[in-house]
Amino acid sequence: MTVLTGKANAKTNNLSASTGSETENKKIVYNTKDLNLWYGEDHALKNINLPIHENEVTAIIGPSGCGKSTYIKTLNRMVEMIPIVRISGEILYRERNIFDKNFQVEDLRTRVGMVFQKPNPFPKSIYENVAYGPKIHGIRDKKILDEIVEKSLKGAAIWNEVKDRLNENAYGLSGGQQQRLCIARALAIEPDVILMDEPTSALDPISTLKVEELVQELKKDFSIIIVTHNMQQAARISDKTAFFLSGEVIEFAETDKIFSTPSDKRTEDYITGRFG
Amino acid sequence: MQKSTRQDQHSRPAVSDLIAQKKKNRTVGSTLEKLVPGILFGIAAVSIITTVGILLTLITETVLFFQEVNFFSFFTGTELKPLGQNAVFGVLPLLTGTLISTAIAMLVAIPIGLMTAIYLSEYASEKARRILKPILEILAGIPTIVYGFFAFTFVTPLLRSFIPGLEPTNILSPGLVMGIMIIPMVASLSEDAMSAVPNSMREGALALGSTKLEVTWKVVVPAAISGIIASFVLGISRAIGETMIVTIASGSSKNFTFDITQSMQTMTAYIVEVSGGEAAAGTTLYHSLYAVAMTLFVFTLVMNFIAQYISRRFREEY
Amino acid sequence: MKHVNVEQVQKKMGSRLFANTFAKTLFLLATLFGLVVLVVLIYRVIQDGAAWINFDFLTNKLSTDPERAGIMGAILGTLWLMAVVAPVTMVLGVGTAIYLEEYAKKGRIQSIIQTNISNLAGVPSVVFGLLGLTVFARGMELGNVVLAGGLTMALLVLPVVVVSSQEAIRAVPQFLREASFGMGATKWQTVKNVVLPASLPGILTGTILALSRAIGETAPLVVLGIPALLIPLPDSIFDKFTILPVQIYYWTLDSALVAEYTNLAAATILILLIVLFVMNSVAILIRNKFQKRY
Repeated sequence: MTVLTGKANAKTNNLSASTGSETENKKIVYNTKDLNLWYGEDHALKNINLPIHENEVTAIIGPSGCGKSTYIKTLNRMVEMIPIVRISGEILYRERNIFDKNFQVEDLRTRVGMVFQKPNPFPKSIYENVAYGPKIHGIRDKKILDEIVEKSLKGAAIWNEVKDRLNENAYGLSGGQQQRLCIARALAIEPDVILMDEPTSALDPISTLKVEELVQELKKDFSIIIVTHNMQQAARISDKTAFFLSGEVIEFAETDKIFSTPSDKRTEDYITGRFG
Repeated sequence: MQKSTRQDQHSRPAVSDLIAQKKKNRTVGSTLEKLVPGILFGIAAVSIITTVGILLTLITETVLFFQEVNFFSFFTGTELKPLGQNAVFGVLPLLTGTLISTAIAMLVAIPIGLMTAIYLSEYASEKARRILKPILEILAGIPTIVYGFFAFTFVTPLLRSFIPGLEPTNILSPGLVMGIMIIPMVASLSEDAMSAVPNSMREGALALGSTKLEVTWKVVVPAAISGIIASFVLGISRAIGETMIVTIASGSSKNFTFDITQSMQTMTAYIVEVSGGEAAAGTTLYHSLYAVAMTLFVFTLVMNFIAQYISRRFREEY
Repeated sequence: MKHVNVEQVQKKMGSRLFANTFAKTLFLLATLFGLVVLVVLIYRVIQDGAAWINFDFLTNKLSTDPERAGIMGAILGTLWLMAVVAPVTMVLGVGTAIYLEEYAKKGRIQSIIQTNISNLAGVPSVVFGLLGLTVFARGMELGNVVLAGGLTMALLVLPVVVVSSQEAIRAVPQFLREASFGMGATKWQTVKNVVLPASLPGILTGTILALSRAIGETAPLVVLGIPALLIPLPDSIFDKFTILPVQIYYWTLDSALVAEYTNLAAATILILLIVLFVMNSVAILIRNKFQKRY
């Protein structure tokens, strides 16, 4: 794989200023420019511009159908699994346009892990689930795999619960455990970014709390983009928040600012529970 | 990039670097990736090639046949004497044999199959269904040769005990047995169609005080009628193409008759008789095999198209 | 004034309920008819054949003498035939199913292949026999050997394997594919490592059912010209052979000449039914053991 990150390029970082968010020293991982997306005739994403910085948690909130899930699935091009999708504009990942013809979508997804709405472990053993990523990318050395599996499960704070039954089927785990296993599976290829699409929507409150703590922990090593319909969750765990409405970014700013002094009336209406 | 910090804590290189390394020498994998769709398409094309093969085989030899035998006299001829010096090829005896055996079979399969479907779909308890459906599946899974044996060694002698004029080989017995063989097919396809009728339609009629029979007959069956008729047509197609039962139990008489107590030959049985006799390639007899098979093929194909058309054209939108 | 005369309705209700009960009984009898036939059929076969099954019957070669005749040749022939049919039909069937479900774009080509497969399923088996006779036995000059019979049979049951494999592949939830693609897996890696393992039980069940269909088929091989004569036991796919149903066929045909042939045919039927029963049980076991867990 070509080195996607390269040397820090100070010039491109200035682009973040355009959104009004505070300019920092942190590098931009994902920069979305004039992104439009249609499902057939349906204009699902409209002129999205969004810079996302590394080692931060960026939350994407908004009512159902606002395009937040579509957006996060566009970031690793999973959205293209739906055949009627059309896209214009660009998304730069580490300064390269992911829609570029020469850009291998598999490379992108190797660097960008994803955790889905519903826990979706493979019907294989716990060990095999975590080892899946490294294996398909050619790592076969049993010792290295063992190490990766242990480290990833520890990273996802589930090691203690499963270390004695690594060879059991993943579907024997509880929903919350399954979701943390899925996070471990994503960690196993040591991604640069982790995309989380409403990762706690199918979980009970205690499991939700565990995943949230985990996200805080993971922030140190990864850039995390999390879609959530739960505003408290966004407020609790994210550094920046983007508010989506009808396919548009209404407001994007520091989470504190969004939840205390939103600049747009619609944001205020949403976070105060007046709609959505 | 931030991974480098973590790398220091470990003796091994970071996974991301390992992956990047492996990627470089993974040309084999990516070549395979490019080849797979083509290979799979090639495999999928085998079914098309099979159809083309069947058509080509049938057509080429049939054309040769009609260079030797008049097309018109073949389809209107009531006399079939394929062997000997003065061979005569009229297909009508085979057509009547096929159609009569099919008619007898459907007289058994349609009413019993439909009633079975109604019972399973509308009346049977969950427990009864769990017992009865596997029995139907077993019936459907019995090889036709076994049904042939059954027709020849049991049904025919049984029928002869109260139909004195019945010949040892006749079209009636295999027709009946063929009907039994087709019951599961009609029953399960019709039941599928009836089960697809939403319960709200039944409840609406029941709430008005209808009996179950009235609901079945006036609501469920009409709503599922296209699926039911499609199952009949597929049953007919199956009966036309059925081979071993008639070959064994109906003999090889090529008489043009409508008397069901007599031996008759079907198109399929003719094909078995002539090909099994190792007809020398290139003879008119050998070519007649293909002309008959072509006729059979067209018949079943038309039936299948009709069934597909009915179920597609009249697909209920609930 | 009321339009519904309650008295009238109640009077009629009696006969309507009677009709319902009568019909219910009739429908039940119709359903039980199949069961009765099955019982009679199996009873007859056991009555005629059970006493004839013994070690010699299973291990002896064919013979015109009913007392010495055995079905070793037919058993071996059936096994050899399956040795061709199973791999060929599985590769073709599963490959076609993967292509249609995972690779083909929705459109003309996909729908042509799909329609073609459902039409092939309706082609009479005897026509497949002619195809085999013309293309494999005569065209490729293989003769009426195991390979020609196996290829013919594989094409005959191909639609069964394709359709059941398609169903199995379609039943694999989309979220498993997403999980795999999300890890950066390629399409083939996803198919090979996720889709196929998850759909394997369904594919196996379908394949076993297809094989049990092939084991019972007679017409295509009779058309192919499998001899009624005594032949040496087959040793390879290039040998002439006979199979259980064909043996049943010839014995049944000749039962008018030699009465004991009825018993031999019945005994062979019993063996065939036992084989089919075992195969179907295995298929059901696989299906139940690997019920979806997601």
